[in-house]
Amino acid sequence: MIDQGPLIPRNREMHPVPYYPDYKTSVARSPSLPLLSMESGPSEETGPTFGHDQIGALDNNLILNWTKGAAPAVGERILMHGRVLDENGRAVPETLIEIWQANAGGRYRHKKDGYLAPLDPNFGGCGRTLTDANGCYQFLTIRPGAYPWPNRGNDWRPMHIHISVYGHSFGQRLITQMYFEGDPLIERCPIAATIRNRSQLDRLVAPLDMAASRPLDFLAYKFDIVLRGRRQTMFENKLEGL
Amino acid sequence: MVQPLTVLPESPSQTAGPYVHIGLMPTYAGNPGAYAEEIGTSPIAEGAQGTVIEIVGSVYDGTGWALRDALIESWQPDAAGIFPGQPGADPAVSGLCRFAADAVSGEFTLRTVKPGPVPSRYGKAFAPHISLWVVARGINIGLQTRIYFEDEDNSDDPLLARIEQRPRVETLIAKKIGENRYRFDIRLQGAGETVFLDL
Repeated sequence: MIDQGPLIPRNREMHPVPYYPDYKTSVARSPSLPLLSMESGPSEETGPTFGHDQIGALDNNLILNWTKGAAPAVGERILMHGRVLDENGRAVPETLIEIWQANAGGRYRHKKDGYLAPLDPNFGGCGRTLTDANGCYQFLTIRPGAYPWPNRGNDWRPMHIHISVYGHSFGQRLITQMYFEGDPLIERCPIAATIRNRSQLDRLVAPLDMAASRPLDFLAYKFDIVLRGRRQTMFENKLEGL
Repeated sequence: MVQPLTVLPESPSQTAGPYVHIGLMPTYAGNPGAYAEEIGTSPIAEGAQGTVIEIVGSVYDGTGWALRDALIESWQPDAAGIFPGQPGADPAVSGLCRFAADAVSGEFTLRTVKPGPVPSRYGKAFAPHISLWVVARGINIGLQTRIYFEDEDNSDDPLLARIEQRPRVETLIAKKIGENRYRFDIRLQGAGETVFLDL
């Protein structure tokens, strides 16, 4: 096989700090010793592939997929769309994106969520799709509500959609959250604040995209995702002993 | 001034949160049937070459309490050390598994084939190992680690060789607890803290 080169090392300055006392659960769940660094190898440079045959026709339509098309979910209808790129600016085609979210009232369909806001009988809250040849993806969903969580006395999560992406290798694996332009709770959220670099946090805030919205149907938000790239040079393959 | 670098920064991570299973393991979340086919339910299909093994363990926080909401993904090659998609790979090995800590006991089980050694750019092969990626509430960026096996020769492994504090090597080695059964516990913090990777 052609060696496509190792993954570009993660710049951890761009990422959240693991230990952040205002996000209380991180206190006992963050490693206290440094990570072990090394150039990536085959275990990180390979990854699972997924076929279109595994993805159902409604899997990226959260308004309809819980009821298999029988009845639509309640809430603000939105299109969430964007591109998946790598650090070199190349599109990442045919990669799996999975999302999950609360309903319009901020309630999750999970056996452990006991928030008093009701479930929507027509909303499940999970979706998935593969990017196309240009790295583009889209989901039709409803805008999730903010919800309270037991952290500090009166903490509320901003409206957000959780996103999981594979890229083309296990070392690119990423889970993140998309926030919505203009939500005043972003400034108050200790989970958002784990990202110390404000310009990096801004990259998780999706702008309203009127050009992609459909009149009399849905508004749109654009959310691009950047995954790690690979370092290619003509001096790539180091000989043993050099 | 200099030419601008065109490298885009990676999107920052955020915690997977307590309800990650809704998206990645709907049946576990109590939502069976959300998808016709769930992804990563088993890394092997019937007829996979090699020895089928079972690895059990828990993910412990800094107080020694087992996480009940952790979600783990594993990625591995087949019994010959060939990853899915590479020439000659065992078609019955998909390589990916998603598994969760039990909501009551906090224990997880991974059933798979024992992987073969994997060539590296360093000349020496990596000893047989399974890559893990751990996410949960309170974990702001997914934690990477590896499972090695105590009944394999790990002495020349280029990754294990980089661990300065030699007793810490043990945190990456699954212990044999029976015929084709191993135990691998992950300690996020404190005494016996697992070695986590940045690669």
